[in-house]
Parts: sequence; structure tokens; C-alpha cells
Amino acid sequence: MSLLPDFMLFALLGGIGLAIISAPLGVFMVWQRQSYFGATLAHSALLGISVGLYLQIDLTLTVIVVSMIVAAGIFGLGQYKQLSSDTLLGILAHSSLAFGLILISLQDNIQVDLMGYLFGDILSINKVDLTLISFTSLLILAFYIKHWQSLLNVTLNPELAQVEGVNVKQVQLLFVLLLAFMIALSMKIVGVLLVTSLLIIPAAAARRLSSSPEQMLVISIFIGIFSIVAGLFSSYYIDLPTGPAIVMAATFVFLLLQLKPQSTR
Amino acid sequence: MQFSQFRQPLIKAENISHKFDDTTVLQHISLQIFPKEIVTLIGPNGAGKSTLLKILLGLIKPSNGKISKQKNLKIGFMPQKIQIDPTLPMTVRRFLQLGLPNPSLKDWFFKAAYSNTLIEKTTQDLDIADLLNHPIQKVSGGEMQRILLARALIREPQLLVLDEPVQGVDLQGQTEIYDYINKIRNEYGCGILMVSHDLHIVMKHTDEVLCINQHMCCSGHPQNVSKSSEFQALFGDLSESLAFYEHHHNNNACQHTHGLHHHETNELHESNNPKNNVESSNKGSS
Repeated sequence: MSLLPDFMLFALLGGIGLAIISAPLGVFMVWQRQSYFGATLAHSALLGISVGLYLQIDLTLTVIVVSMIVAAGIFGLGQYKQLSSDTLLGILAHSSLAFGLILISLQDNIQVDLMGYLFGDILSINKVDLTLISFTSLLILAFYIKHWQSLLNVTLNPELAQVEGVNVKQVQLLFVLLLAFMIALSMKIVGVLLVTSLLIIPAAAARRLSSSPEQMLVISIFIGIFSIVAGLFSSYYIDLPTGPAIVMAATFVFLLLQLKPQSTR
Repeated sequence: MQFSQFRQPLIKAENISHKFDDTTVLQHISLQIFPKEIVTLIGPNGAGKSTLLKILLGLIKPSNGKISKQKNLKIGFMPQKIQIDPTLPMTVRRFLQLGLPNPSLKDWFFKAAYSNTLIEKTTQDLDIADLLNHPIQKVSGGEMQRILLARALIREPQLLVLDEPVQGVDLQGQTEIYDYINKIRNEYGCGILMVSHDLHIVMKHTDEVLCINQHMCCSGHPQNVSKSSEFQALFGDLSESLAFYEHHHNNNACQHTHGLHHHETNELHESNNPKNNVESSNKGSS
């Protein structure tokens, strides 16, 4: 009956799920100029993999734990304004990557396919992954129902938000931890490249079509879903590598929307 | 007014001192603000005005001293400047709505109607009603000041804290805003604390001027302050010229008194010098 093989169906469902959960995180990364944040967390997730291999415990668990520790670290260090967050993220990204590679090299008899983690394989999504994605989306939904307005106000101006009664540090920390959790989880499933692209590109593309934050969120969800579907099918029918095809689809939408003249209302 | 001695202060700071690392920024500062009172904080750059403001707002914990606020004190805060990323699509109306407390689902409908009326009225009073549907990144500096003031006001605060409310506003606009602030005080009876370099216009409305330079230099009614010898020592020739003839102020005196913060000196000139203000706002609007 089914027109598509099971792996395509799972890839579609999982991909769409990821597009939906990346949008609310991605728009805030764009608004807060934190797009490099995702890359840093993704690099630190690689450290999580090597720690897991080293300690011989479940990789998903160590990736999530290490990412969330690094995220909390970035948040903590960001409280002191000694270095620009840009520099800080650069340092953390590369040092955690280097440390991860060293840890892996210490284990002689283990061959790890790091490329697999960089580019992942959306076609290998299984039922467990789908469950995890649904669980994450519930977490994100709960967070945003409670904190959407507060997070917008923190984005506008943290001091003003705090005077107006927002618990700025709590909201920021929760956001960062949620982002780390989402990146760690989906990196295991679809790879670093695809996760960070799904966070940033649809959100950036949606800007041209939006006149309110909520509109930008919804549009970026649709652009994300479109990219997943377009990427998967072009990969299925003309045999392109799947992850890169999805990223290219998203980039294509972004470029296309840049042609639209900016609204001057 | 004759019962004023029985009034409770909205906020009271006792013997506040603050250090950043080893640098002392504030020493033994005490102040209180009553309902319907306008208190203006002045002092040279680097005097600790902003730090004091942040301490009063609860953004920084002072190294020493005590802040007491009236229970459930509603504060409206107008920050000095705010940068909004162009990637965030937002109209002025939405920006103002975000300043309102998150309504519970139950009274959402009623509140929404009420707060929209409040936004309409406040923006009309401030002459920015026609900007409501504009993207907030496209408004000029002076318009942004009014928008920030509107956002502080629609919270219907008991205490209004304004950090240089007329920065970047032309002279005509400055007078309008100050008149409006004065009107708010009389209409809503809220206490107002504002930071300003601009003595000349402030003097007309303010009840009490506090001049600080790490410690409390002097305080009192505006006329008294500009005559006090400590104030004259701090601002040099400016203290004379400020009141009567602003654009003849002495640059050397400025460099001298604010030598520690060269990069901020220009700002002081600008806000003290009405001529500069007019020029810069013309640039902004052209």
C-alpha cells in the first residue's frame, strides 16, 4: 500500500519533527545574534561522543550531558563581560573539538566514524528517535507557552525585562539548556551540519516575509518543513546525499526570498 | 500636601556604597523618593549615576547599604538607549504591548481592550500615535525616546525611573516631554526619578536635585544647587552658563572635571549644549 519505503517515511516524519522544534529555537538564535552558538554546541557534542566512548557508557546520554554542561558554561562565562561572546564561543568550539579528538585517539582499538556525526544520516531515523523528537517538542512547547513573552522581552533588552519583573537569568539559562538538549539529541540523529542549518537558515529566510515575531516563527516552521521534504525527495529520486540536499533546499529558499524587495511599511 | 510628613517613601536607599573590583563607584549615598515627587540625579560622567540607578532598580546588588521599597511597588523604567536587532520583526505597537504584564487567560479579553485604549491614549499624548504600525527599527532617536517613555507609562507605575529621558530630542521636544512628565506626576501621582545632565530644563519641574560624584555632593531645590559652591567647583564655568547661556561653556573645565572618562565627555557636551542637540536631531531626522 505504502508508496514509500519505511526508511523514507521515518525520515520524513523525523525531519518534519526536527523542522518544527528547530524553528522556535532558531528564530531566537537569529534575533539574539547567537547563530554561532549552535556550532559551538555541536562541536562540544563531539566531545560528548568521545567521553561516552572513553567511559564506555551510552553515547546519547554523554552527548546530552556534555552539551548541557558546555551550554551552562557559556552562559556562566557570558555573565562576565571580559570577552565578547563571539570570541568565547570560538574558543569553546575549537577547544572542545580538539579535546574530543584527543580523547578518541587515546582509545586504540576503537574506530569512530566522525564523518557520520558531522553529516549524520537522516535516513536511519528509527522509532526510538521519533519518540525522542516528540518528547523534545513537548518540552519546547511547554517552555514557550510559559516564557514566549519573557524571552521576547529579554531579547529586546535584558535590563528592561528584569525591571519589568522577568527572571532574566532563569529564562536565558532554560533557553540555552533547551537548545543544548535539542542539538545534542538531533545531532546524534541527523548530524551537526543539518542541525545547525535547520536552526538558522529557515529562521533567517522567514525574516523577509514577516512583520511580527509570531509570524516569523510560523513561516520558519513551514520553510523548514519544505526544505526537509524537498531535500528528501530530491535525494530519493535523483540520488543526492540527503543531509546536504536538505541544507541546499533551505539555502535556496533563503536566497530566493532575498530577491523580494524589503517591505517599507 | 500638608500631610507630607506622614507619607511613606516609595523607595528608600540608606548609606549605599558600591565597588567594582577595587574601584569605589559610590560612597554613602542615601535618598528617598515620595509619591508625586520628582527627583533629578545629576553629576559628571563617571560619577556613578547609572550605577546608582541600577542599584535602585535592583539590577545590581550594592556592596554596602540597604534599599527598601514599598510592598509590590510598580516601577516603570525607561532605559537610556536600546538597540533592537533588525532581524526581529516588530511594530511599535507590539513593542508597547510587550511591556504590559502577561495577562492570565481568564481576563485576557477584558485586559486586551483596556490596554489597547491605554496604548492609544499614551501614544496620542506623546505624539507618536501615527508610528504605532511602523517597524520599531525605523523610528528616529527622538521618537524612540518617546516610545520608551510610553512603554514605561502604560505599566501605570507608582515609581517612574527615567535614564536621560531627553537624550537626542530637540529643544522643542525636550520641553514637551518635560511638560508631559510634569503632567503625569500631577495626574497619576507617581514618584519620578530621573538622571539628567541637562540642568537648565530640569530645574523648572524638579522638586529635588541630587548632585553626585561618587558621594553626594549636594542636594536641594534646583535654584539652591546651582548656587552651591560644591556644584560650581564640580562644573566650573558650566554651572553659571548652564542656567543662562549654555553654548558658552568652557571646554577646558569639562576636560578637567571629567578627565577620567574622555570617551564620554562628548556626550556631556551634547546634552548640555542645546545648539548641539538641535544639530544632532536635525541630522537624525534628515
